[in-house]
Amino acid sequence: MEQTITSFFEKSFVMKSVLIDAVIETLTMSLVSTFLATFIGFMLAIVLIITDKNGISPNRYTYKFLDVTINMLRSFPFIILIIVLFPVTKFLVGKHTGTFAMIVPLTIGTAPFIARMIEGAFKEVDKSVVEAAQSFGTNKFQIIFRVLLPEAFPSIISAITLSLIIIVGFSAMAGTVGGGGLGAVAMNYGYYRFDALYIFWTVFILIVLVQIFQSLGDILYKIVKH
Amino acid sequence: MIEIKNLSKYFNDQKVLDDISLHVNAGEIFAIVGHSGAGKSTLLRCINGLERFSDGDLMVLDKEVKTLNAHGLNELRSQIGMIFQNFSLLNQKNVYENIALPMRVWSYSTEAIQKRVDELLSLVGLEAKKFVYPKELSGGQKQRVAIARALTLNPKILLSDEATSALDPNTTQSILELLQEINIKLGVTIIIVTHEMDVVKKVASRALLLEDGKVIGLGRIEDLFLRPDETMMRFLGEDEELPTEGVNIRLFFPHTISYQPIVTQMARELDVNFTIVWGKLEKLNDHVVGSLVINMDEKTSGRITDYLHEKTEVIWEVL
Repeated sequence: MEQTITSFFEKSFVMKSVLIDAVIETLTMSLVSTFLATFIGFMLAIVLIITDKNGISPNRYTYKFLDVTINMLRSFPFIILIIVLFPVTKFLVGKHTGTFAMIVPLTIGTAPFIARMIEGAFKEVDKSVVEAAQSFGTNKFQIIFRVLLPEAFPSIISAITLSLIIIVGFSAMAGTVGGGGLGAVAMNYGYYRFDALYIFWTVFILIVLVQIFQSLGDILYKIVKH
Repeated sequence: MIEIKNLSKYFNDQKVLDDISLHVNAGEIFAIVGHSGAGKSTLLRCINGLERFSDGDLMVLDKEVKTLNAHGLNELRSQIGMIFQNFSLLNQKNVYENIALPMRVWSYSTEAIQKRVDELLSLVGLEAKKFVYPKELSGGQKQRVAIARALTLNPKILLSDEATSALDPNTTQSILELLQEINIKLGVTIIIVTHEMDVVKKVASRALLLEDGKVIGLGRIEDLFLRPDETMMRFLGEDEELPTEGVNIRLFFPHTISYQPIVTQMARELDVNFTIVWGKLEKLNDHVVGSLVINMDEKTSGRITDYLHEKTEVIWEVL
């Protein structure tokens, strides 16, 4: 028994540097992708909310185009999306494998998801609050940034937290088709070499990461929500 | 101040507002009354352009609303405050920021905003709640914040859309008193949309009655409530049960003479008998006014009408 435990820690100690590198890669992929996807998703959400048929400047064609595009991107299984996007990734990053390359499919894959969630958060804002703002002469631009955004902000924080966690999961998946990070470690060391201890540690670290992100998201939500 | 001429609005094929004409004077409290679905909120929203209308003219503060572009409309809206049934405050902003919002939108300086918000907080009696968030406020307090916000830009007109409908009777009273104070002290013209007759009777000087988008009554509330015609009575859900024999005369006592002992004096002086068959007392704009229907035989009716005509200020009609 004692020997098993000792060998568990000895073996794990050997894995340390591989795992630390992998965590850094996973964090880089996830955080950069979340940041970019939130930025793009936010822009898309604003266009959606403006051009919606009940929006402040309805435009059926723009809305429909974005609507269909978003649905299309969201219907791809993520692993297929990574492969489909290889040429785009190669064009943007110069290669289609590795940590930085994976940021491209992660961003493109989750931006539509974030766009939908932010759109939902905007739509949740009470219509009569918007009407009240219009009643004292607030223009369309100000309605978005002075009314909708502050009112939807806590929900947007939740949406970003959720997206970050999904991206952590996706980034692990990306590891199987040439991405770096914990997914790649689990795949290369755990699956191909059949080393269960690598599987254990990668899964363990992923669970801890997700817990940390969720808790931080919850704390932030509580701070901003009134 | 507001001049509406033959205004109509269609929603799909349905006529929601049908040929409405009315004039609101500067400085008055005007009520638009109707049951739900009558089109009263729609009419109110036409005044500040939150709703478009199909036909007719609508002049507000000397501007024809339908010809204004987006910027012109926003300029006009800055002179018209509005309050709502469910308060419509920003829940993520505190009281101060809610009241400050209109001035922020119109790019006022921070000092001007601070000064104005403090003034308004003392007007609505919420100095202590300056940095509190809406969820910690009661319904009445939320409506006070909304009123302060509606007054931030010193509007000439205040539109109230069922502002007391979500409040309990006592809170309703205090909000109505605040509106009266604003009307008198600041000279703001107030237009109230409501389905509550008590609200109309307490604060409004004139009222428009709407039913299915049509005007069924327009005038001073004394006339509307104390001398209602048939449509008005149906609207109020009242009906009089009057005797079919003899002559019925309706007496109407304006508030100036409502405390004089006219009826008993008349009976004594003329030495006649009559029966009081219907009666009503109303408190309108804090004055008590009343109406009474008396019944007598035909012989005495001539003497009574002569007496009423010559010796009293009572307004009367033979029914």
